[in-house]
Amino acid sequence: MSEPMLKAVNLQCERGDRILFQGLDVSIVPGTITRVEGPNGAGKTTLLRILAGLNDSYTGDLFWCGEPRAWQREVFHRNLLYIGHRPGIKPLLTPLENLRALSAVRRPLSDGALCQALDGTGLQGYYHVQCRNLSAGQQRRVALARLLVSDEPLWILDEAFTALDYHGVAGLEQLLVEHAASGGAVVITTHHDLDLPGMARLKLGVGEPMNDA
Amino acid sequence: MWQFIRQLFHKFGSPKWFYGIASKMMPWLLGIGLILLLAGLVWGLAFAPAERLQGNSYRIIFIHVPSAFLAQSIYIMMAVTAVVTLVWRMKLADLFVRAVAPVGAVLTFLALFTGAVWGKPTWGTWWVWDARLTSMLILLFLYFGVIVLMSAITDEKSSARAVAVLVLVGVVNIPIIKYSVEWWNTLHQPATFKLTDKPSMAPEMWVPLLLSVLGLYLLFGWLACLRMQTEILKREHRTRWVRDLATAEGN
Amino acid sequence: MTPKVPAMPLAVVRVSAWRAMALVVRRDLRASLRQRQDLLNPLLFFFMVVTLFPLGVSPEVSFLQQAGSGILWVAALLSTLLSLDHLFRHDFDDGTLEQMVLQPQPLFLLVLAKSVAHWLLTGLPLVMLAPVLGVMLHLDGNSIAILCLTLLIGTPVLSLIGAIGAALTLGLRAGGVLLSLLIIPLYIPVLIFGTGTVAAAANGAPVGGYLALMMAFLVLAITLAPFASAAALRISLSNS
Repeated sequence: MSEPMLKAVNLQCERGDRILFQGLDVSIVPGTITRVEGPNGAGKTTLLRILAGLNDSYTGDLFWCGEPRAWQREVFHRNLLYIGHRPGIKPLLTPLENLRALSAVRRPLSDGALCQALDGTGLQGYYHVQCRNLSAGQQRRVALARLLVSDEPLWILDEAFTALDYHGVAGLEQLLVEHAASGGAVVITTHHDLDLPGMARLKLGVGEPMNDA
Repeated sequence: MWQFIRQLFHKFGSPKWFYGIASKMMPWLLGIGLILLLAGLVWGLAFAPAERLQGNSYRIIFIHVPSAFLAQSIYIMMAVTAVVTLVWRMKLADLFVRAVAPVGAVLTFLALFTGAVWGKPTWGTWWVWDARLTSMLILLFLYFGVIVLMSAITDEKSSARAVAVLVLVGVVNIPIIKYSVEWWNTLHQPATFKLTDKPSMAPEMWVPLLLSVLGLYLLFGWLACLRMQTEILKREHRTRWVRDLATAEGN
Repeated sequence: MTPKVPAMPLAVVRVSAWRAMALVVRRDLRASLRQRQDLLNPLLFFFMVVTLFPLGVSPEVSFLQQAGSGILWVAALLSTLLSLDHLFRHDFDDGTLEQMVLQPQPLFLLVLAKSVAHWLLTGLPLVMLAPVLGVMLHLDGNSIAILCLTLLIGTPVLSLIGAIGAALTLGLRAGGVLLSLLIIPLYIPVLIFGTGTVAAAANGAPVGGYLALMMAFLVLAITLAPFASAAALRISLSNS
């Protein structure tokens, strides 16, 4: 096994009167796909947001490449691609503009490369249509096109399969496997019945009420 | 080293520890505070000599000045604890802000009210857009903002940190507000008699004033402890020590 | 067991913060220009509020001349407040805000860029509309010039401070009213100096010093407000 990219030690997170999880250790190693599982309200999204650096109401330590993550926020974010429930697609912009805006702050790409990525998610012919005129599944595909032009080793995908049709699901599954095979890492939640070769599972319980602080 | 400081903070930041300490201190704060405040007020209202220009109406400063004084320092205290909340995420710091913000608002209101009452005999009208009163009014608005934000965010931790940010933004603005209001005042109202022009005070005036300021501070300390204790019990009602406490009190 | 694979090479931060800020401004301008009505609304509001004063108080020339700069400043302040709720709301709803927090550039600079875009889209149009309304309120030429200058310096401060409130109230019910309650006290110094400068000019006093002071406000707001807004954004996102 190689060194973990992202490591979380002794994570604890409370919501209201409930402890979502405590004493949780997570290691994200290159070449792996980790699926976070658990019933509704178990804190799957919360965990993903903590790992991504969007949620900082937790206790515990996070390390990126062995160093505390807080010291290297920018480097960490450069190497992370996160797609959440709300995928970050502006309805007033076209797929091409959206994709360009999202990738240009990480590494500038030619329009040719971006169009190719949109083609890869089945959006050929929609380059210049405003996203508010696209279906939910198509908007999702715009966000997922980022995966095709990604050079970030770590992908964190929350409910990535939502609103995708059969072909979309198959394509995405293949993409995840390829990313892992090339030495990247994926953390994912989904309600879709996902079973990829070599996939690790991280189970979260229902949480427990706080007793002694 | 860092770890050690963190542990130290953890200990002093623990609500349980504070609850015990507060219980020990509160009778003293209440007792001494009451004595000082009463002494200051009785002396000031009944025995101190009348003022040369304003006669007896000046005596309201024995209430006005302490409350105005405290109202402003409470905001500063909140700002200091806000830094603690943001940097060390100490629960106790947030509890403090939560407990004292309404107290600060009430005292600010009291200062405004007594200022208005004082204004009646001095200026012949209840409200004058005097620089000092106007700054106090804006301070009241700042308190309102904090209280409103506090109650609007349901999540405890987010609420604590959001309020801390707001308090800090407010405290940076307080000197700017004060300065601009004073400038505005000179622009629109060429000097009249101002509350800021304190009559030259004889010792028999300022000693009772000092006593009531001190007394009010101590009483504020007592009230802050009391309100923090209540909040602690509410928040930690599921923990073992609170349940033990409840059974002990019940018996 | 997972097969052992060599780790993917790490990506390096190459896009500078300046470039990223320019991209934020450009994206906001582009999206807003496709929804022009939203841009027009604060301007219409500004116009209507100003109209209320001659109707509600008095159309007498002497009153309007005296109160005109104050009316325009208060109206500009209110329409800025009205527009602030949108500053982060759309980005929050569609997830763009999350992506902004995850950008490999310092968040406070990106927030500063958002404030700049907000000013270009609301503050600047208000400043440009102000002379017309100034004429309708019978202000003389000199006062109008000074007034526009104070608005030009003051409205960016309103956008910058307002961003703090918008970030704090993000995702809350009744965000709009709450935002106003938090922000109005902080706007008071800007209002005082904005109208005071015009009043001083009308009395024939030199205004250079006052304008310099307003510039100092602006510099202070540019340096401090983005940090507060960025902190507030992180808090609001943690909560969502």
